[in-house]
Amino acid sequence: MEKETCTFSFCEKPEVVEHETDFLLIGGGMAACGAAFEATAWANPKKIRITMVDKAATDRSGAVAMGLSAINTYMGGNDIKDYVKYVRNDLMGIIREDLVFDLGRHVDNSVHLFEEWGLPIWKKGDDGFSLDGHQARDAGKPLLKDVEDNAEREKLVCRSGRWQIMINGESYKVIVAEAAKKALEANRQATGVEQNHFERVFITRLLLDANKPNTIAGAIGFSVRENKVYIFRAKAMLLVPGGCVNVFRPRSVGEGMGRTWFPVWNSGSGYAMGAQVGAELVQMENRFVPARFKDGYGPVGAWFLFFKAKATDSYGDDYCANQEYIEDAKKKYGKYVDAMGTTIRNHLMMEAMIRGKGPILMNTHTAMQAMGQTFKEKLGEKEGAKKLKHLEAEAWEDFLDMTIGQAGMWAANNIEPDKTPSEIIPSEPYFLGSHAGCAGFWVSGPGDIPGAPAEWSWGYNRMSTVNGLFMAGDTCGASGHKFSSGSHAEGRIAGKAAIAYILDNADFTPTLKENVDDLVAEIYLPREIYEKYKNYSTSPHHISVNPHFIKPDQFQKRLMKIADEYFGGVSTWFKTSKTMIEEGLRRLQLLKEDASRLAASNLHELLRCWENYHRVITAEAHARHVLFREESRYPGYYYRADYDLIDDDNWKCFTVSKYDAEADKWEFRKVPYVQLFD
Amino acid sequence: MPSFVITEKCDGCKGQERTACQYICPHDLMVLDRDRMKAYNQEPEQCWECYNCVKICPQQAIEVRGYADYIPLGGNVIPLRGTDSIMWTIKFRNGVLKRFKFPIRLTPEGSIDPYKGAPEPDYSKIKGPGYFNYEARTQ
Repeated sequence: MEKETCTFSFCEKPEVVEHETDFLLIGGGMAACGAAFEATAWANPKKIRITMVDKAATDRSGAVAMGLSAINTYMGGNDIKDYVKYVRNDLMGIIREDLVFDLGRHVDNSVHLFEEWGLPIWKKGDDGFSLDGHQARDAGKPLLKDVEDNAEREKLVCRSGRWQIMINGESYKVIVAEAAKKALEANRQATGVEQNHFERVFITRLLLDANKPNTIAGAIGFSVRENKVYIFRAKAMLLVPGGCVNVFRPRSVGEGMGRTWFPVWNSGSGYAMGAQVGAELVQMENRFVPARFKDGYGPVGAWFLFFKAKATDSYGDDYCANQEYIEDAKKKYGKYVDAMGTTIRNHLMMEAMIRGKGPILMNTHTAMQAMGQTFKEKLGEKEGAKKLKHLEAEAWEDFLDMTIGQAGMWAANNIEPDKTPSEIIPSEPYFLGSHAGCAGFWVSGPGDIPGAPAEWSWGYNRMSTVNGLFMAGDTCGASGHKFSSGSHAEGRIAGKAAIAYILDNADFTPTLKENVDDLVAEIYLPREIYEKYKNYSTSPHHISVNPHFIKPDQFQKRLMKIADEYFGGVSTWFKTSKTMIEEGLRRLQLLKEDASRLAASNLHELLRCWENYHRVITAEAHARHVLFREESRYPGYYYRADYDLIDDDNWKCFTVSKYDAEADKWEFRKVPYVQLFD
Repeated sequence: MPSFVITEKCDGCKGQERTACQYICPHDLMVLDRDRMKAYNQEPEQCWECYNCVKICPQQAIEVRGYADYIPLGGNVIPLRGTDSIMWTIKFRNGVLKRFKFPIRLTPEGSIDPYKGAPEPDYSKIKGPGYFNYEARTQ
């Protein structure tokens, strides 16, 4: 195929805005907001400039945009060592325990701040029943920050699991964003900078320094609202644009393609852009396949942990207690089956499904009936009925706070949870480092955790293997189960470390290698191609059958088909193998080449072109990692059918990869796992 | 469950530079058709049904119709978001109605003062554990 270039002969030429800052935050979610808050406190006295770039509106951007019904990481009265063990257990024995412990010792402060800023947190009433955030306030319950002792705080919160606390979280992100925006405003005042918060600007590529090897110097992106390209120069950067969704073909392929479990706007931009500048990735073979309410993907956590509901096959059997499935699993996955982590529970659920015992049911009705019975026994008929009514509202709020569509799903199917069970199913795969997954970058640790190998720390906490490029939340690998609070807390840890880096490199002037005109032309190439060829066929822009180009939605469907069929998506029950991955990679390579023929009829489609390009790089990283690791470390998430076992002798290690973008080559190495906590 | 805009109710946010729904949508889905001065969802198959456009619309012109893939017609879920709480009305396909009210916030919007009473950062600790306002836990 002939190579196309953008000379602005057909499309409009954008205005180029250059913006100089010291610390650039790419993303606007929990990690970015945490970083803005913490870094500003350290930056202002030194007049260090901070800038946030968000592709959406920060009030409602990132994974918490809709809201949440729980904060899943709060230590309270727990021992942090137990948190490390829980994360290690759920992620099949391979985590960076220094990072996880470090997160655990910080996270509660972020939760206390959320409440101080206005987030309603459920509290235990004097009668032992739960109070919502307003009831707790009216009952004179103190804020968590005003309680001295962790054991006392533990008595106050409503746990829905050992690490989770219930909240009224519809406005969770709005509240956290308000504090971050106020922090950015304080930084503007301290530094005299006019603008340091850019919304609706999408970063497409990171830029290395012209003089200092392996050092970050800037980023380039474009406005999705007006014809402007932005070039940011910065001494340090936090890369936190979330995880990756819609690489694998989802179970709903029509209108419901966007009703993914993790928000569909997670486009793998962090993994792709970091990899492209040579930052090392870790555990990118890991993916998360959440078992959720079918189609609506409403949360199951509160149902399992708070309402004590049981999931069974359609014959009423608990598939997690089925000896036949368990014995069979133990032959392949050994001791990991006993731990019964999320992957194994998925595996056992699928054992029931492939035997035709589905649909798998969450027995909401029996759980609520049992709780109603207990209430009546404890409180009498009238008070018990009142509490049951409150419980019903709590059950609905669980959806309405964070997965409203699941409430719509129930309403349209006439499902009342106290009367009818609901179907659950393993979803399609997702990439993330914040939830029950650990994909991301290989980063420097805190350096003060006893027993951590010296080579796990190279100076600045959460800095990647590229100087000045920091990671948190979904982009910080081998350390999942941070969730919303942990991502905020980790953004703060990284933000503080980035300021230390900037202070140590005060005389560094970031200088870009690339020619600005070339960079701008690269970003706008899909606009040029569209305008050049749009009249070649009679197709209107939303149909676009045209041999000269590929539209972003067409490109994405091709990616999803490759990922699903070759890399172990739902259509193969998450099974793949060496030969299948190799064929998938061949097809992926052709898709990567066709990215140079992506076409955008407007700025919205230009956004989709670049997002989907980032998805392709993320998909490639994943496939190559799965290929490298010759075992099935995460059964229930994926299976190497040619190595369907967990092989601790050879693979109890981190898998670290480095992408050389210029040569288009990937290199892999094993890094020994070291257990720090018994 | 993609959002849609009720023609009769949408006033295009009275021709401001951008509409409220366009401002808030996390996935850049809402656009204003300037000929009709009406907003619409330009890519329903990428809608996450986060309801942020529904909640923010000053005319209550936006609702959600269940995904054509798998949601039967006839139900709906409608929020009314205030400053400290949110009201939900859920209508079942069979006509059953449920109403709920939940807290959303303890403080007035815009009142957060993030550094109120906060200590000055101690730069001797910038490379150790802890935040500017918090000593990290040890266990």
